[in-house]
Amino acid sequence: MQERLEQLVEEARQALSSVEQLADLDQLRVRFLGKKGALTEMMKQLGGMAPEERPRAGQLINQAKQTVQALINDKKAALEEARLAAKLQAEAVDVTLPGRNVDIGGPHPVSRTLARIERLFAQAGFTVAQGPEIEDDWHNFEALNIPPTHPARAMHDTFYINDSDVLRTHTSGVQIRVMEGQQPPIRIIAPGRVYRCDSDQTHTPMFHQVEGLVVEENASFAQLKTLTIDFLRRFFEDDNLKVRFRPSYFPFTEPSAEVDIATDLFGDGRWMEVLGCGMVHPNVLRNVGIDPERYRGFAFGLGVERLTMLRYGVDDLRLFFENDLRFLQQFK
Amino acid sequence: MKTSRHWLEQWTRPAWTDEQMSEALSLAGLEVDGVEPAAPPFSGVVVGQVLTVEKHPDADKLNVTAVDVGGEEPLQIVCGARNVRPGMKAPCATVGAVLPGGFRIKKAKLRGVPSFGMLCSASELGLAESSDGLMELPAEAPVGEDVRVYLDLDDPVFDIDLTPNRSDCLSHEGMAREVAALTGGDYAEPYTLVEPQAAFRTEQAVRVAAPEACPRYLGCEVRGFNAGVETPLWMQERLRRCGVRPISLVVDITNYVLLELGQPMHAFDADRLQGDIEVRMAREGEKLTTLDGVARELTPDTLVIADASGPIALAGIMGGESTAVSDATTRIFFEAAHFKPEVIAGKARQYGLHTDSSHRFERGVDPELPRKALLRAVDLLLTLAGGEAGDIVAVEAPEHLPARPVITLRQEKIEQVLGMVFPAEQVEALLKRLQFVVQKLEPGLWQVTPPSWRFDIGIEEDLIEELARLYGYNRLPESAVHAPMQLGELPETELDQARLHEALIQRGYHEVITYSFIPEEEAQLFALDQQTVALANPLSEELAVMRPSLMPGLLRTVAHNQKRQQLRVRVFESGAVFERGEDGYVQAQRIGGAIFGSRAPLHWDTPVETVDFFDIKGDVEALLAAAEVAVTFEPADHPALHPGQSAWVKHDGEIIGWLGQLHPQLYRRWKLAQPVYLFELALPPLLKARLPQMQPVSRFPEVQRDLAFVLDRKVPAADLQRVIEGVDSPILREVRLFDLYAGEGLPEDRKSLAVKLRFGSLDHTLSDEEVDAAVEAVVQAVADRLGGQLRQ
Repeated sequence: MQERLEQLVEEARQALSSVEQLADLDQLRVRFLGKKGALTEMMKQLGGMAPEERPRAGQLINQAKQTVQALINDKKAALEEARLAAKLQAEAVDVTLPGRNVDIGGPHPVSRTLARIERLFAQAGFTVAQGPEIEDDWHNFEALNIPPTHPARAMHDTFYINDSDVLRTHTSGVQIRVMEGQQPPIRIIAPGRVYRCDSDQTHTPMFHQVEGLVVEENASFAQLKTLTIDFLRRFFEDDNLKVRFRPSYFPFTEPSAEVDIATDLFGDGRWMEVLGCGMVHPNVLRNVGIDPERYRGFAFGLGVERLTMLRYGVDDLRLFFENDLRFLQQFK
Repeated sequence: MKTSRHWLEQWTRPAWTDEQMSEALSLAGLEVDGVEPAAPPFSGVVVGQVLTVEKHPDADKLNVTAVDVGGEEPLQIVCGARNVRPGMKAPCATVGAVLPGGFRIKKAKLRGVPSFGMLCSASELGLAESSDGLMELPAEAPVGEDVRVYLDLDDPVFDIDLTPNRSDCLSHEGMAREVAALTGGDYAEPYTLVEPQAAFRTEQAVRVAAPEACPRYLGCEVRGFNAGVETPLWMQERLRRCGVRPISLVVDITNYVLLELGQPMHAFDADRLQGDIEVRMAREGEKLTTLDGVARELTPDTLVIADASGPIALAGIMGGESTAVSDATTRIFFEAAHFKPEVIAGKARQYGLHTDSSHRFERGVDPELPRKALLRAVDLLLTLAGGEAGDIVAVEAPEHLPARPVITLRQEKIEQVLGMVFPAEQVEALLKRLQFVVQKLEPGLWQVTPPSWRFDIGIEEDLIEELARLYGYNRLPESAVHAPMQLGELPETELDQARLHEALIQRGYHEVITYSFIPEEEAQLFALDQQTVALANPLSEELAVMRPSLMPGLLRTVAHNQKRQQLRVRVFESGAVFERGEDGYVQAQRIGGAIFGSRAPLHWDTPVETVDFFDIKGDVEALLAAAEVAVTFEPADHPALHPGQSAWVKHDGEIIGWLGQLHPQLYRRWKLAQPVYLFELALPPLLKARLPQMQPVSRFPEVQRDLAFVLDRKVPAADLQRVIEGVDSPILREVRLFDLYAGEGLPEDRKSLAVKLRFGSLDHTLSDEEVDAAVEAVVQAVADRLGGQLRQ
């Protein structure tokens, strides 16, 4: 009998090897393990055996049945796996085709620079102050120690609305508005659009400035230097950025300075002017009711387009206001 | 200010190379824009003397000359200049010479006649823009000498950009003073001026009717000089390299003194003066033809020099034609005056002028300078052209001359401002270098009087800047700000504007920045009932009116990009718009956008469709979602928008913006080939955020029911939504429109709107009866309020 069983198992193994469909597998199961299957038949023959042989014979038959069942299970798993694989294969897509709705815009490069400047100064406790773009003579000039006959007015190429109102020529007027409404300590930056009546390759009639102002009891030129140098090195992410200060003249600061930078990263190591700054002129503090003997201040003014051009290698100022998408798309 | 180094070295000789001098001046606040030699590079050009001139045998316009250049033999040179004549001296480029622009002189044959060099004009040597004929050199010019040496053309000329406070450096003497202060080196005046013996009494009377505007007026008559004398070449050369065109001896002398000492002067033809000179304000309706030939109507706030005939000069700006010096002039009246900066400031510009004189007077000229300048000018004229001078007429009002301030300087203040201790000896030494008078009151306390030319020094801080400047800004210490640590405010009910921008950017919008000024006509299209604000002095009509809306800028951007073959444009801008308010200007912040072209970027599996109303509306709704602001949309009647595809956006019953298609009639203005959809919203309402307050979330299952209603076509979808939401049902959670149908199966005037209703309860599982009752209530409400029926 054992021989017979071995023969059946072998037969099943052989039959399985040629099965390729799950349906055929079921027929095969019926053939060996079904109610009338070969091994089931063997079981039926147990009754005709001697009682003492039965347990061993039954055990052998069960073993054979388990073996065949296991073979069928394995085959079934293999076929199912193959079928899934085939199905998935059929579902394969070209993963190199572009996905849907990939389209995001981006901020204007000038806004991008403004945002970086604001975030840098926010870290040092500066808040953002705003002021009107149509500004009165007092805030744009007079309070900043620029009386009507001052030659600096000529430098400003001012757009006038009428005799007393102008398009602000700098955001410095915002410092007046802030100081008029607040006693020190003051730490603000004032970003925004400014206007000069000038238009050529290197001037646009509108551009952006960030004015910064610190008024405290112990503010000093030494602090102004440190803050300016730190800002420029952080902004350009260049700890080796060279920074130098040149005496200059602004009616609303004294002493006044212009700041140049030089770096190996751009500009061929030449000195490039990037900002103006100085200690707030005592007349300005007096004009807003702050005692210049008790408090001192320093202020600085950055040209945002200038910084943006240096940072991103923009070579023509006018590109900022043409808003060509091929330009803007480079600043996502 | 163009400064000749060799001229400056008559006062002081810095031991600096040109580069070192540039850097030192720049770092002292006198920014050097460039240094260039007084002439462009050329070589091999020497003083030549023309010996003979003969006609060229084969060319009418050419001559064959023999030129002595100091060699053994004269050179034969063919020359085409008309002014060539025997005996004249002129620059001669010898064979091998290189002229400006790299032009090399070779042996040549001109129409068959050999030529060994070239006689040069001033323009050929880069010494003039254009010239007519050879440059004539003085008879005493040494034959054979290199012209660069003879004319001192290797003199470095510094182009210095002076800040308006340093008018004291608008002369070679002033610049030399500054250089000496920086180097600490020697400084000496190159000549001493003595008051000339008056050969006669100057008869010209001067009256100053406006002493506060002109506290000092000096004049001097010179007569009998040789009117035919040409300005010597050395003087012409100095004027030229400083950017001043030589004109005639007398005028050149006034310009020379201006460049040398900084005092603007004027010379009147004394024979053409009528009666007394009067310095006064112009009278209503007076006219003056200035030296540039322009007849000008004067305003009464203009200071003039007048005589019996009326105004003869714009004081401190420009002389008049009627009294101008000419070739025939033999008697002149020199003027050297002190005009107050406030009186001159802005006047030149008012008359469309900017002169070397006005430039200086606007900024301030040393009030002690007129006498020195006058003596110098008289001396130069007498020396160069002979003649004799009268005595000096002086009208002075000392009480109106600028007072020299006496400034208290505290060592402690220096330390506070600069953040470093400045030793007392150094303070005194540095200020004295600048010729400040320093008087020590007590340790650490001084009284300082600046010299008369330092108009800009008035307060302690000015002195501190001078100290810092001479010490060197870059040597000053640095120190971090030390201040108490304080946390700022972070109001959560204010939305960061960046979030709105981000919402649009995520939807494919690019931010743009457009000019705040636009053409008037475009402003009117979008002004609605706003009063626009125009510029008094616009750059052009295109940039004339402050924008009352962001739309014209955005449309310009769309048009620009359409023209550059962009198939899909999505742009937004935020910023101020302007209108004239009841009192003052309204400068409101807005955000606006424009879309144009394809709805989606070109994609292999997305149909190509152009944008429509619901694209822009979706974007607006996304923006509003970021802001959590409740709005309604109502059909709009905006004149610049498509009447059937535009809506007002209302918040709390107020219009806060609008959206829609640009009116098709306006496409042509921007040359648009396809519809543009626009939106514009006021920013402030969008920047108010809600502080979230959690609402309980139900643990029980929700039930959904879909209902389709047949309604009149004219019923807005929002009405259906509002009616259903208004049904008093404690279990109705949400109403969402999900289908719109009109057409086959429905009457012409009807449409079907389908909504999905979500029901739920916080405390129990809903029963069918409950939901049915709620649905029934909804159906009833729609029937009652909108005449809608459930679609069968």
